[in-house]
Amino acid sequence: MVWKMRLFLALVGAFFFASAQAGEVTVAVAANFTAPMQKIAKAFELETGHKAHLAFGATGKFYAQIKNAAPFAVLLAADDETPAKLEKEAFSVVGTRFTYATGRLALWSRQPNLVDDKGEVLRSNRFDQLGIHKIAIADPKLAPYGAAAMEVIQRMGVQSSVSPKLVQGESIGQTYQFVSTENAQLGFVALSQISVDGRITQGSAWVVPQSMHTPLKQDAVLLNAGKDNAAARALLKYLQSNTAKAIIQSYGYAL
Amino acid sequence: MNLNAEDFQAIALTLQLASVTTVLLLLLATPVAWWLAHTCSNWRAPVASLVALPLVLPPTVLGFYLLVALGPNGPIGQFTQWAGWGTLAFSFWGLVLGSVVYSLPFAVQPLVHAFEAMGPRPMEVAVTLRASKWDAFFTVAVPLAKPGFVMAAMLSFAHTVGEFGVVLMIGGNIPDKTRVVSTQIYGHVEAMEYSQAHGLAGVMLVFSFVVLLGLSWFSRRQKVSA
Repeated sequence: MVWKMRLFLALVGAFFFASAQAGEVTVAVAANFTAPMQKIAKAFELETGHKAHLAFGATGKFYAQIKNAAPFAVLLAADDETPAKLEKEAFSVVGTRFTYATGRLALWSRQPNLVDDKGEVLRSNRFDQLGIHKIAIADPKLAPYGAAAMEVIQRMGVQSSVSPKLVQGESIGQTYQFVSTENAQLGFVALSQISVDGRITQGSAWVVPQSMHTPLKQDAVLLNAGKDNAAARALLKYLQSNTAKAIIQSYGYAL
Repeated sequence: MNLNAEDFQAIALTLQLASVTTVLLLLLATPVAWWLAHTCSNWRAPVASLVALPLVLPPTVLGFYLLVALGPNGPIGQFTQWAGWGTLAFSFWGLVLGSVVYSLPFAVQPLVHAFEAMGPRPMEVAVTLRASKWDAFFTVAVPLAKPGFVMAAMLSFAHTVGEFGVVLMIGGNIPDKTRVVSTQIYGHVEAMEYSQAHGLAGVMLVFSFVVLLGLSWFSRRQKVSA
């Protein structure tokens, strides 16, 4: 009887202790990181008891919202420029920036065998014969993946033949839709969108070597609203844990 | 104001898109509205609801399914390929199609009201005076329903100018082809070029205000003269 009572008290004590420690953190997450972040947030909750509320969207929009007092404690950006800019403009806590993932670019088509493993299809001057009428990229002005795709096109020296075929998605998510609905027969998308556990799920793709473009660094930063939030700091630490790293890599990101 | 060449291109393209859409919408909406105003068929309610759907559906939903439908495996895409036009996504005519669907209720509703307000009497009188049906329609119904036509045209035009979600989805943001004012503003904002966004947004604001002002003046004058 006595041990049962003790166990009960211990459980009650543990419960109160945990709830006193458990915090909440609201996170602005770049849309391309949606799937891995949902998984990481679940693991984070299980391990630490903290709850992470996730908002997904475009980094540029988050920037505008944060400057106008949005209640986000942490930003997981799609680039490294926005967090640097926020720090310079004193909207984030100095010294908290780090790269949580590095994106990989892929040239992708829904058609099997259209894309070879060296991207030579871009050098062919017979796009029309191959049935390639449109090539999708993300808007180079807005999305780092789009800027990287333009670098690859220029480095390969194929602007003149590729440019007339280009259509632009406002984000890498929309670019993916253009190619996946085959309105564009070819497109530069994020490897994370088309691979599961290191395999391309459908169609054919060329994983562009990282040496061909500026690294697609995605940086995280603690925002002013999260300065005194223990859960926010815990989340940033958790993103650098081995569990989180394994999840991030399984979605086709480099570290 | 600091508008650049691309901003002016976007303005020109927007006006062109809105004009073509308005003309097509009036041609399409007139028979539909006439039928809705006069039929006793059981199909009236379902058709009226179908026409009003774009009012309720989020533009991104509409845009996404238009993208799927226009694609090489979608029903519209299959048809346009069969007809030898290729696929319409990312082209001016793709945007026109999207805009017609998106603004359809704004053309149909005012016309239905105008035809209903007219009543059956004028057409009956015209027919007893031996006017053919078409003759009566163009010489009696159209002049009587003129306020409805003006309202439908202005609303369709303004609504197409303000369109964003659908255009963003099926346009592909190609300068001079599918980049309209609303997507250009969005681009400026996303790229943190706020001052350029302000300039273009200001133009849009003034334009929209003037159109709405014109509309309310016009409908007031109609009431006074009626």
